[in-house]
Amino acid sequence: MTAAPATTPAAGTTPTAAAAALPPRGRRPRRRATTDERSIVSIMDRKNNGLRIAVAIAGGFVLLALLITCAGPLFWLFKAATSTSTETLAAPFALWPSGLHWDNLSTAWTSIQFGTYMRNTLLVCAGAWFFGLLVATTGGYGIAVLRPRYTSVVSALVLATLFIPGVISLVSLYLTVVELPIFGINLINTFWAVWLPSSASAFNVLLVARSLQAIPRDLFDAARIDGAGTYRMFVSLVLPLARPIIGVISLLTIIGAYKDFLWPMLVLPRADLQPISVALPRIESSTDLGVFMAALFISVIIPVVLFLVFQRQFLRAAGSAGAIKE
Amino acid sequence: MTAVRTAPTERGERRTPLPSVRSPLAWVRGGGLSTFVFFVPLLLSFGFFSWWPILRSLVLSLQQTNFIVTEWVGLSNFQRVLADPLLTTAVWNTTWFTILALLIGFPVPIMLAVIIAELRRTRPLASALAYLPVIIPPVVAVLLWKTFYRPDASGLFNTILGWFGVDPLPWLNDGNLVIPAIVVQATWASFGTAVIIYLATLMTIRTELYEAAEIDGATIPGRFWHVTLPQMRGVLLVMLLLQLIGTFQVFTEPYIMTGGGPENRSMTILLLIYRYAFVSGDYGRATALSLLLAIALSLLSAVYLWVTRRWSTS
Repeated sequence: MTAAPATTPAAGTTPTAAAAALPPRGRRPRRRATTDERSIVSIMDRKNNGLRIAVAIAGGFVLLALLITCAGPLFWLFKAATSTSTETLAAPFALWPSGLHWDNLSTAWTSIQFGTYMRNTLLVCAGAWFFGLLVATTGGYGIAVLRPRYTSVVSALVLATLFIPGVISLVSLYLTVVELPIFGINLINTFWAVWLPSSASAFNVLLVARSLQAIPRDLFDAARIDGAGTYRMFVSLVLPLARPIIGVISLLTIIGAYKDFLWPMLVLPRADLQPISVALPRIESSTDLGVFMAALFISVIIPVVLFLVFQRQFLRAAGSAGAIKE
Repeated sequence: MTAVRTAPTERGERRTPLPSVRSPLAWVRGGGLSTFVFFVPLLLSFGFFSWWPILRSLVLSLQQTNFIVTEWVGLSNFQRVLADPLLTTAVWNTTWFTILALLIGFPVPIMLAVIIAELRRTRPLASALAYLPVIIPPVVAVLLWKTFYRPDASGLFNTILGWFGVDPLPWLNDGNLVIPAIVVQATWASFGTAVIIYLATLMTIRTELYEAAEIDGATIPGRFWHVTLPQMRGVLLVMLLLQLIGTFQVFTEPYIMTGGGPENRSMTILLLIYRYAFVSGDYGRATALSLLLAIALSLLSAVYLWVTRRWSTS
């Protein structure tokens, strides 16, 4: 909005040009209208009763199977989290023989320092999100829009890391974090050790660069003619235009940080700094089964609730991540 | 340095020949500095945590280090890796894991996506259900399944077996069952991603193709075989490769479920790297093995892409 005076001549074209250029929503508007006929079984086939019943049965069977295999384990986890350990062991499929035991959940929260682990997880996710976005948006802007002479070298080097299997640098990355070159600092047992390495994501940089390349060049030229500098263009033009892709990257980065296990385990050996994913396996053997199940349940509930609320965005992010992989 | 040669043609303006190095002041005035500022986060982040570690791996594989003293040891790290009898076990286990994961994990999402695409009102529900396991953090999923696999009669799977009068199986404690058991868990945790990606691809297949096939008298299986599969071919090939590369680097599942046991029957290559580096402190040897794995995976991808490309041109 602050850009309005600077980009007045372009302002009229901005919304339409942007809408045409943004890939996720505007990409297949024409096709979406005909989505309902887009399948192997045609409308003609659907008039055939026998076939319609067969399709309905197959569909119902798949739904039931998905319900049992995908939602079932989560439901069981809820049941085990609110049952006593002996009940879970004696009759794993019995539903609450002695009523609901909510106390497992509160015990898990207090007795195993779950609050600390939860706070660490939030910090890990927030930092990974911030630094991931910082690198991806500025880098993508530089590669796709600013394009100085060294762009081809930088983008080739970024692209190259996409093709090198990550396992190659597991050990040397650890040694780098133990003693950061030039600075000589040890990052072990600091959140920087998790935040910074995860920000070097070629996938995210290229995702932003790609979506910015799809925006008509005239838009940036117009802004430049109106006197917008490099920084102004980034804040008032690029960030708003890249919003859909920033959403996708945010989601993928936060989920990635929440799920990560091996790396945080290596660089955060101190128990009171560990996120949930690292702490859970460590406390498994020393924790009462019912309480442990409650701890698992609490760790699952945040991502699941987020998923149920932002279902569309999650599935779109997963789909567009797949489209890039092509 | 190449400023003088490229600048006139690029900008389309005539310039008097400048000294071969553009002065830093001119560079700053021309906006070079403010442009460079936007590259700083990327250069720092990739420089320290991507490019430098990759280069360092190459060096480290020829070295022996304990943080204080670092000495060159030539190829002895590689020799020690190849001489380790555990390597054969780890390679075999990982290969077996990959084969099983492909046999189970590759066809299932295709079939699910094709059927879900036929659903009308319940399609969003079905895709959300399929994606639900992907949302669960892998560590939680693995720990949950570990309790399902409890070896005594109290385990979930053993309880189900008990209904049919089958004696409890040791699952993760059984050398022959441990890898299939982990594969089932890993497939459960990840198949949703593939389903969503395939569904997105299915939605892009043009209706005209199905109509044309129908007019030509193609049956429903025929349409699946001659329209759907060829149209999904590109995505399927890429997903197959990504799954191959991913399962070859499997770590979390065996690490948490079994730690490589029983008797190293679920020891994978990444577990071995972890052991070399972070249990024995033998960083050189671990890097040598990770380098070998990375080279093998790159060769595999190159051959795979070359072969599949040849198919599509012939």
